[in-house]
Amino acid sequence: MVMFKSVAALVEVAESTGKPISEVMITQEMDVTGLAREVIMERMRVNLETMEKAAQRGITEDVESVSGLTGGDGKKLMAYIAEGNAIGSEVTLGAVARAMATNEVNAAMGTICATPTAGSAGVVPGVLFGVEEKLRPTEEQKLAFLFTSGAFGFVIANNASISGAAGGCQAEVGSATGMAAAALVELAGGTPQQSAEAMAIALKNMLGLVCDPVAGLVEVPCVKRNAAGASLAITAADMALAGITSRIPCDEVIAAMYRIGQTMPETLRETGEGGLAATPTGRALEAKVFGTKTPTSP
Amino acid sequence: MKFRTVFDIIGPVMIGPSSSHTAGAVRIGKVARTLFAETPQSAGIYFYGSFAKTYRGHGTDVAVIGGLLDYETNDERIRDAFFHAKQAQLDVRIHKEDTLTAHPNTVRIRLHSDEKQLELVGISIGGGKIEIIELNGFALRLSGNHPAILVVHQDRYGAIAAVSNVLAKHAVNIGHMEVSRKEKGEEALMVMEVDQNVDAPLLQELQTLPHILHVSKIHE
Repeated sequence: MVMFKSVAALVEVAESTGKPISEVMITQEMDVTGLAREVIMERMRVNLETMEKAAQRGITEDVESVSGLTGGDGKKLMAYIAEGNAIGSEVTLGAVARAMATNEVNAAMGTICATPTAGSAGVVPGVLFGVEEKLRPTEEQKLAFLFTSGAFGFVIANNASISGAAGGCQAEVGSATGMAAAALVELAGGTPQQSAEAMAIALKNMLGLVCDPVAGLVEVPCVKRNAAGASLAITAADMALAGITSRIPCDEVIAAMYRIGQTMPETLRETGEGGLAATPTGRALEAKVFGTKTPTSP
Repeated sequence: MKFRTVFDIIGPVMIGPSSSHTAGAVRIGKVARTLFAETPQSAGIYFYGSFAKTYRGHGTDVAVIGGLLDYETNDERIRDAFFHAKQAQLDVRIHKEDTLTAHPNTVRIRLHSDEKQLELVGISIGGGKIEIIELNGFALRLSGNHPAILVVHQDRYGAIAAVSNVLAKHAVNIGHMEVSRKEKGEEALMVMEVDQNVDAPLLQELQTLPHILHVSKIHE
């Protein structure tokens, strides 16, 4: 049976049972699917391993997409961090590098795990592997991070959308950012309510983000939006852990995101017709990638 | 609720670049292939909305073809699906459609071989999740996430009861069921999502019931 349909209900179940959100998600998963805990954990372990491989590949190998538009930026940022002169925190930048690396592997038609989508696949693993050195999570805690991310994503997907074509980039990278922020709070020892606050703070700052991929490819600006998502997720988690709350409750932020997506013009919902895709350079890149004169907007 | 499990959100493990436009497209193609029960000789693939506008960039074309070749979402052969289709003697035609559809990520697939044909419409609703919304002219709603039995039958009283009796006898529980007909008394379609995979004897038994024209299944 489904135990939660809203973030409020999710927090309520967690608090009343004294379980972390990840455990509520695992319990519900066992209930809904009838599968044993070990089977569910094993399945998530496969997802975790896929994420580890993709992020690692992106920061160590010279990845390049078929179009040539993206690749190598995650690796570049890692090299910059290693020089020791970074202005921002090395933890945050390490998360940003791995988020980009994962999306670069995705753009190169490599193997990734969607979280919640492929276009936004960098944020959740980027944050997890970025904080790994500082927080030293066990494998069990890493899996818990993914279940908590999944719990918040589950609420968004069922109450709003996780599709760029339906709701813009706010539904993809925005959702991923909220999910990662909430999961990071739990990993760092925060309360379920603080997870909800982090998610609300993160998602609020992604509202209205359009999906305007150049040449219709999941590359420009997707890779760098995953970078921003990873960075924002860590900031939102820190804010929530500091005791800062969102004036607008998490569920209402999700509802606002849904309504914004509904009223967003189609040109800005994964059609490759508006925003950055419609800039002179965006159009020129499109023509270059496909080697033809491409049709203009209707 | 459209999304049932945590693995709809964290997952699938897939070949990039897009969960809706690549992984979802593989899954729609795979449902078509499963219902067709063999590799077709020809396939017409009609893209609508965002699919029509961005299919090349997302590999939606190779993804659907990969599905028609029975590949999973993480099969690296998807990248070269046009080549593999040729090897399998599957003739593929891609069409871009201008018609507005209710969902932006919509694809219509027409499959042919010497003896049979199949037409279905699928939508990709995000994160790799899909729904089949039309099959051979019947409106339906099928996720492809559960094992399902599809029964084409004559619209006659007792046909549904007879089918559900056989399922009860085999201790198969129905999680979701829909019946759709073109006209009163004409051909109709029963779709039952069930809790476990079904075996061949059960399907054969269904096939022998009165007014039943065709039985097929989808496994999880």
